[in-house]
Order: sequence, then C-alpha cells, then structure tokens
Amino acid sequence: MDDFFKIFSLSLLSQTIRISIPYILAALGATVSELGGVVNIGLEGLILIGAFFSVIGNYYTNNPWLGLLFGVFGGVVFAWLHAYVSIKFRANQIISGIALNIMAVGVTKFFLKFIFHSSSNSSRISGITPINTPLSKIPLIGDIVSSPLIIITIVLIFAVYYTVYKTSFGLRLRSVGENPEAADTLGINVYKIRYIGVLVSGALAALGGVWLAYDQHQFTDGMSGGRGYIALAAMIFGKWDPLLATIASLLFGFAEAIQIQLQTMGINIPVQFIQMIPYALTIIVLALSLSKSQSPSADGIPYEKE
Amino acid sequence: MENFEIELKGITKRFGQLLANDNAELFVKKGEIHALVGENGAGKTTLMKILYGLYTPDSGTIKIRGKEVKIHSSKDAIDLKIGMVHQHFMLVKTLTVSENVVLGKEITKNGFIVDYERTNAEVKKLVEKFNLSLDPFAKVSTLGVGEQQRLEILKLLYRDAEILIFDEPTAVLTPQETKYFFDIMKKLSSDGKTIILITHKLKEVLEISNNITVMRQGKTVGRLETSKTDEAEIAKLMVGRPVLFKVSKTVKTEDEINKTETVVLIKNLSVLSSKGHTAVNNLSLDIKKGEIFGIAGVEGNGQSELIETIAGLRKPVSGQFKIFGKDIDFKRTTPKKMFDIGLAHIPEDRHKDGLVLDFTVSENMILGRHREKVFSNSFNINFKRVEEFASKMINDYLIYPPKSSLKARMLSGGNQQKIVVARELSKKPRFILISQPTRGVDVGAIEFIHKKIIEARDSGCAILLISADLSEILSLSDRIGVIYRGEVKKIFLADRTNEDELGLIMMGGAS
Amino acid sequence: MKLPLWLKEFFIQVSITLLSILISFIVGAVFIVIAGANPIEVYLKLFEGIFLNPYGLAQMIFKATPLIIAGLSIALGFRAGLFNIGSEGQIIVGGFLCAYVGFTFTNLNSFVLIPLCLIAAFVGGAIWAGIPAILRVKTGAHEVITTIMMNFIAMALTNYFITYHFHLPETVHTQSISSSAFLGRLDHFITAFKGSPANMSFVIAILLCVICWWVISKTPYGYETRAVGFNPNAAKTAGININRNLFTTFLISGGLSGLASINFIMGYKHYFEEGFSQGVGFMAIAVALVGQNNPFGIIFSALLFGALSHGTLVINALVPKDIIQILEALVIFFVISSNIFAKKYLSRIRD
Repeated sequence: MDDFFKIFSLSLLSQTIRISIPYILAALGATVSELGGVVNIGLEGLILIGAFFSVIGNYYTNNPWLGLLFGVFGGVVFAWLHAYVSIKFRANQIISGIALNIMAVGVTKFFLKFIFHSSSNSSRISGITPINTPLSKIPLIGDIVSSPLIIITIVLIFAVYYTVYKTSFGLRLRSVGENPEAADTLGINVYKIRYIGVLVSGALAALGGVWLAYDQHQFTDGMSGGRGYIALAAMIFGKWDPLLATIASLLFGFAEAIQIQLQTMGINIPVQFIQMIPYALTIIVLALSLSKSQSPSADGIPYEKE
Repeated sequence: MENFEIELKGITKRFGQLLANDNAELFVKKGEIHALVGENGAGKTTLMKILYGLYTPDSGTIKIRGKEVKIHSSKDAIDLKIGMVHQHFMLVKTLTVSENVVLGKEITKNGFIVDYERTNAEVKKLVEKFNLSLDPFAKVSTLGVGEQQRLEILKLLYRDAEILIFDEPTAVLTPQETKYFFDIMKKLSSDGKTIILITHKLKEVLEISNNITVMRQGKTVGRLETSKTDEAEIAKLMVGRPVLFKVSKTVKTEDEINKTETVVLIKNLSVLSSKGHTAVNNLSLDIKKGEIFGIAGVEGNGQSELIETIAGLRKPVSGQFKIFGKDIDFKRTTPKKMFDIGLAHIPEDRHKDGLVLDFTVSENMILGRHREKVFSNSFNINFKRVEEFASKMINDYLIYPPKSSLKARMLSGGNQQKIVVARELSKKPRFILISQPTRGVDVGAIEFIHKKIIEARDSGCAILLISADLSEILSLSDRIGVIYRGEVKKIFLADRTNEDELGLIMMGGAS
Repeated sequence: MKLPLWLKEFFIQVSITLLSILISFIVGAVFIVIAGANPIEVYLKLFEGIFLNPYGLAQMIFKATPLIIAGLSIALGFRAGLFNIGSEGQIIVGGFLCAYVGFTFTNLNSFVLIPLCLIAAFVGGAIWAGIPAILRVKTGAHEVITTIMMNFIAMALTNYFITYHFHLPETVHTQSISSSAFLGRLDHFITAFKGSPANMSFVIAILLCVICWWVISKTPYGYETRAVGFNPNAAKTAGININRNLFTTFLISGGLSGLASINFIMGYKHYFEEGFSQGVGFMAIAVALVGQNNPFGIIFSALLFGALSHGTLVINALVPKDIIQILEALVIFFVISSNIFAKKYLSRIRD
C-alpha cells in the first residue's frame, strides 16, 4: 500500500508535465489545422524539424531564444510545403503528410552529418535558463513556473483556445473546416484561412520539438519518437477541442510517467502495454463515437471553388 | 416609364449544348414580392444565379436601381445589396445562430476579438424586428428546416440586403412553416425590401406575390399581375408548349385495365427520408401486367424514397408489398434479392446511382449482372461474351460513339442514359422502376428511350414511372397517380386527364 | 498520329509521372550542392552503382521485393476506396506470426512448412487489418486513423513478445526459423548476384502481381471491388454488397502486407527482430501512388524506390546518404501535386 502512495510523488507530476509538453503543443497544432479542414499527419516530422532547427539556431548563435525562433521558423517552412501541396494542388493530405515525415527524417539526418559530422546526434547545446522568481520557491509548482518553455506552453494552450472560440479568425477557421462553401459565399478566403491553420500547426508542433531538444540539450536522430502520432491521438481523444486535447495529452503523459515511476521502484509492468494506451483509447473512442461525427465535416477534403 | 429596382434584359446563357437562358427578361419593382415560375429546367435558377453573380451571362444587360451593372461574383452582388437563399442552405452546422449571421463580417472589439455581447444584441434586434423567432445562442445543428431558412434570411438582413432572392423556399417546409415564412415575406416587403421567389407551386404564388414572371425553356413567356390572373392561366403558360413527342401506343380502356391481373401491390407504405421526416405516407398502389403506372408530382413529395424502398435500398417504417403473388419482406430485402425476382431499376441520377463513370461502356453493361452465368463463373468474367453482349446493346440502342471500350464518362448524357436503359431492360425484367428516364437527355435519345419503355410495357412488364416532366408522364402512362406529401391523392386514366388537371393536384389543389 | 485514346492516356500518365520524378531529382540536386558535392557526379555514381553492376541490380531487387508486395496491398485497398495506412503494422504482425510458425514447427519439411509460413504471414496481416475493417464496416470509424493506431499497437505488442518471451539470449531477435522454411537466394541460380540476399520472395512478389492483376481485372470479385471504389452508390444500387466487399478487400490487403515480411523473415535473416520492416509499409504508399495502383506499374515503381534505397550505400562516400530519403519525399510531393495537371490534361484530350 505504501508503494501505491509513493508513486504519486512530486517527481511524478513534473515527469508528467515534462513528457506531455510536446504532446500538448503538437496536439494543439493538429487541432488548429484540422479545425480548418486540413489533416496534418506530418506532425511527427514537424516536431523533428523543430527540434533540429532549434539546435542549429542555438548552435550558431549561442542564444537559446534565437534557436527557439529558428526551430519554429523551420516548422512553419515545412508546414508550408504541406499546405501548398494539399491546398493549392489539392493533393491527398494523408500522403502529403507521410511525405513530410519522410522528408523531415531525411533532411535532419542529412544536415546532421553535414553540420555535426555525426549520424546520431548533434553537439550539446545550452537550454533556456529557468527564470528565477519568488514563485520558483513554491513547492510543487516551483519548477513549472520557472521554466519559460512550460510557461509559454501554458500561455499557448489558452491562446489557442481563445483564438479558436473567441476571435473572428477562430470563427472563420471553424467555418472553413466545417462548410467551406458557405464560408466562401460570405466572402471568406477559404484558402488563406486554411494556409494559416496549417502554418500555425507547423509552428506549434515545431515548438514541441524545441522542447525535446532543449530538454536533452542536443538533437538525436529520430528524437520525435512517434510523439506526433500520439498528439494526433490526443486531438481525436480531445474531440478537436484545444483544452480537451491538452487534457488528453496530459493523460497520455501521465500514463507514461507512472510506468517510469513503477520501473524505478522495481515494479515491472511491461512498458509496451503503457505505450499502447493512447492508441487503443483512440481506436475505442472512434469505434464508440460512431463514424466521424466529431471531426470537422470538411476535414481532409480539398476545397475547389466553383 | 416605370422605375424598376431590377431590370434584366436579353439575358442569354449557354452551358455546352444546353441553352439555359434564351433572351430572358425580368422586371421587378421596389418593395414587391415577385414570383418567378416555371417547370424544372425552365431556367429560373440560372437567371437568378446570374443576378447573384454566380454565373456570368453570355449576353444581356442588368440594371439595378436604374444603373447598369456588371456582377462578377457574389461579393459584387452583396455590395449591390443583393442576397440569395439557396435551395441547399449554406450554414455552418457547428456554429451558433449569431455566429452564422456575422461570419465574414464580424462585430469585433479591436478588429480581432469577437464582441459576442454586441453581436448577440444586434442579432436579437433583427430577429425581433422581422419576427424571425430564432435563439441567437442556438447551435445550427439543433435547428429545424424552417428555422434554418429564417437564419438564412437573417444573414441577408444583417448584410443590409435590399433585394432578396429565394430559390424554391417552400419545397422543404411544412404547411405551418410555409405560412410563417409568408408572414415574414410580407413583413419584409412592407419594410421596402424587394423579393424574388423562385417556385413552381402556383397556389403559393397566388397567395403571396404581387407580380409573376413565367419562364419556359429559358425564355420569359409571360408577365402577369397576380390579382388579375388565376392558376389555370399560369399553368398554361408554364407547361403550355405543344407536346413535342407523341409516343404511339395502344390505349387501354378502363375496363381492360381492371380486368388485367395485378402483379405489383403496395399497401400502406410509410417511409422516412434520410433527414428523418415522413416522406412516404401510408401510400398504396397497384400495377397491372403490361401497364405503365406513372407518378406525377412536384419533386420532393416522396417519389425518391418510394423508388428506393421498392428497389431494396431503403427500409420502410411499415407497409406490405406483394409482387407476382409473392409477399416481399420489405425490411429484409436487398437490391440483389429484388433483381432476382425480376426487378429492373433505372435510377433517377445516372451519375450517382446508375453508372460507374470510370468503367467502360461494356463494364457498365453488366453492372449487377456480372455474376450471371452467361458472363462469369466464380473465378473469371468471360470478357469475350461481355464484349459481344455490349456490342449488341450498342447496336440495338444506337449508342454513340459505338465503342464498348470507352469510359462511360466520355459519352453524352443521352448515350449514358441509353447504357442504363439497355442494361436494365436486357435483364428481361417483369417489373421495372423508372425514374426521370430522360432528364438531361438530348431530343433524339428521348424519343428512343420512350419507344423502348413502351416496348417493355407491350411485352408484359409492369412499370412504375416517375418523372418531373408531366408531358412525359402523360404520353407514356396508362394510369397516373398524383403524389402529394407522400400520398397518392388521385389516380387518373392517362387519356382522360391533362396537364392542368394533374398540375392542380400536384400543387396540393383540391382533388 | 492516330493513337487509341487509352494509349494516349497511358503515355500522358507515364510522362507526367516521369517528369515529376525528374523534377524531384533536380530539386534534390540543390541539397547535394549545399552539401558541397557535384550533383551530376552523385547521380552518375548512383546510376552506375545500381544499374551497371549485377550486385547493384540484385540489391535493387532485394529492396524492391517487400515494396512490391506491400505496394500491392495498398493499391488493392485504393481500388476499393480504402486507405490502408496500417501496412507497416500488418507487416510486423504477419512477420511475427510467420517467424513463430517457422521456429515452432521445425519438424516439418519444406513442402509443408514454406506454405504454412506464407499462410501465417498472410493471416497475421489479415488479422491486424481485421480490426479496422470491422470498425469501418460496423461503425464507420475511418480506417486512416484506426490503422495508424494499429501500427503502434503492433510495434508495442511484438516488442513485448520479443522482450519477455521469444528473444534469443543476448540478442534482440527471435531464434532462427527452421531451415526448411528458408526461401532460396537468387545467387544460387544467378551467380552474378553473389553476395546479395535477393531471394525467391522476389519471384513470389512477381507472382502476386500477376495474381492481383488477374483478380482485379478478370474476376467478378475484382470487378465488384473496382465498382465499389469508383462509385459505391452505383455498386449498391446494382445489388453489390458493398460492406462485404470492403471487409474482404481490407482483409486481403492486410494479408498482402503481412506477406511483405517474407523477404526478411524467410529469405534474409530468418528471424524476427524489432524494426525489421524499416518503414516499408509507409514507403509502399508512395510505391502504389507512383505505380498508379497498377500491379505492373507497382513493379517498376518498387524497383525505382528499391534502387534509391540501395543507392544510399552507393553514394555514401560523396554526400550524406540521407539525400536518398529527401529524394523519395520529393518524388511523392511532386507526383501527388502533378495529379491535378494530369487530370486537367486528360480531360482536355477526352473532349
């Protein structure tokens, strides 16, 4: 029984948050993109790109903040590729996303060798120094409020939520994902809104990658490790709602954290079954919600003007 | 010289070979309710889409408030204070009423954040002013059809539209909703708004409009003042063309028909539409051997659902069905089972349901018959035989170009339809469902298809025919049932009735 | 010149695809230049290393083999309007079951064990496709998401089995399958292929192409599948049971993906290890796409991607080998983007 309570320690909380941050950011990105009607399964690649570009930026400027910006910029550029192909050329969004993932792996490894002369990892980089405020001393949440990236993430969660539900852009975004024809008759530029949605998803997913790289103080080959797909699962589990997607991400992160905790305590639950949780839950949710009633109606369908 | 709010003159619009508008005219005064009437395909909707900027006319002039204008897009139209409510509503289901109203022209606090307080207040104000009875906070997905329509009106009013175009607004409304809709129309009109109503329901036209423009085959054939006309006159103008094709067939007397064996019997059939309201309402009919039973009615009165149910594609709520003396369990039947007992089906939309456009002509010829022993065993389709069969059909039905290897997509509408007709009639059916057999089909093919239908009838087939084209129903059928709101209101002998009489009942008139 | 229309269409399709590939290589050259190498030299080396020596050809065949089979799997799904992104997971499960049968029934002889292993691979893939298939038919859950999720479950599940139950001590793979389940290597017959693990799986892959082509274009089932893929409404109206067709097709598609594992399990390493499929299931989507979902087109496009895959080793000395992955991604991007032009052009010549 003692063991049971030991699990719920402080480190479990911070572990959960640490693991969840990239899920949250990418899931927010996925939500924005799909609310606008463009499926983005290239998140995995965008996370990788974000991580890699931030490391390069950081490495050359020695400034983690500029590195962060460069990482986000990289994500936007690669997301633009997906947007261009799937909006302008009305190509299949799933295949474009897969191509984006392949591209991201290729580009990062290619330049990893070219710049760092290694096929597995970059040189070490410095992270972002925690902000030291009186708040940092508060137990439980001190660590959290002193990490700028965590603060940024929290701000972004609410910013995305607010933008989607309270601003005119959010209104238009949801309308082009739901009924682009109706939006078009009202003079809304469907293509432009969709572009913005995809680019924002690129920026957010890339920021998730930045977190990964800064957390480990380097870029390692394939460090996205399937997180983009878990984010996709979180988005579905969260019914395309930014806050629910965040909660789903935390839930998935929590499951992983518990598993790690149990392992350090010598209790061995096969890690594989924990890994399956997000995916199995997503399938169950899809099966139970009877068809895709939850997803935006025009999600994944290229729009063609009459 | 009168001052018109809208003047359309000499409007001509061609789609490929089809002349949709042929020198059409329309004059509408400010503040009036103007009905634009005509049969399906008369060019009403095309003319209005031109006015709303969705199509550009090949020639003709448009004057709005006395000023000649060019309208290239719906945005131009909105700028000219023209608004249109389409037959299919353009609403975002997941958003609220208010959100749908302001979408694209949001009320914001700082150009970015939607000011929901002011938005809802504004919407509420408009709702109350025009008595639209809508809840600004309701999600569109929870609204009924009537409410959705009022929301569409609200969208136009919010954008200060002065000219409001409605395309078949009452087609989907219940009588109560229609009445409410008309009240709103009157309110709008007394408020100085100009309203154009596209419709083919004459009763409503007489009830609500000030003036009427009648179109037929793309032309304006009449301008009438509502108070000085009646249903008969409008109907005559609408459908009053000489019947183009007189199909020669033996006429059966009432006695002959009564004595013939009944092969299809449908009793008390009720069916729901996809949206869940009653489409076919306790309908009964019987079809004799060698008889064409025509169903006349305004589209959307349950015809499609009736056909789909008989074809095994839709499960009814209740009803009995007897065919060739055998009881059919409506709830368990499938299209395949229906074919096996001798049904053939020429569906109303050949592109959607009748053909696989990416299949070749010969592949389409055996669609649904591909498992028949003549054409295949379990492992192999005998393409040589399919080819022979297709060539024979192409010959018999004069399908052009006479090439079985062409994709069906590349043929004209008439030739595509001939593929469907050839395939279905070649099944040697005993009972045929035929829906809109000549819609969008060229003149030559119409005549040919009619001939084939008559041949099938003379060989003893029972045929259920549905068409929006009254002259087609009249010239082909032996008996005609008029369907209105899912019920067969009255049955006529085809040679003892006429378009005017049918039209009246079709439009809900006294039976 | 008076060419029949289908031939004209075929030429247009092929030339647009080839042009897209060409443009991909031109764009790829930019990366090569950035890396400080000479693109012409790199491409020449690539050509020489693959096409001008028998070993390179054999390696191309080896790499192409699973791509052909998985490509068929994807293409078959596409034909019925199904988007099976779960190929990767189906390969893994099929491979696992294949290996399990191979190292369990060691007393059987080749004539029994080889077919048994093939069946196991097929069944494994089919089972893994079965879950999304049931969900699609019964609840309408879209197969794109469910199959992606199934991929990860497959990885975790087989990983569990290897870690806890089946790994050979000191290794991360299972024990070897019985030698009577080995598929012979092609260098037994063609000595010039010496050193390459290209094996009889390639022959099986080609046979599968022929079978698939025949099934799709000649049998009533294939006819129905195409009808369902092109126009489910018309298929339903004509009396075809579209749910049954979708379900069957999904299972066969999964089974084919499962069979894509035999190149590694039965023909190369003879054991199951984690990650053996190396993303074949995803690359197969590109293969099916470039091959226009045609079984013979797939052979050529699989050979192209197989050649590129082997090319990594050929050009490694000149430029980071990952340029190949960039090229692959570019090919996919350009081919999917070119579809819109192909459509426009084709509709123009048809008028």
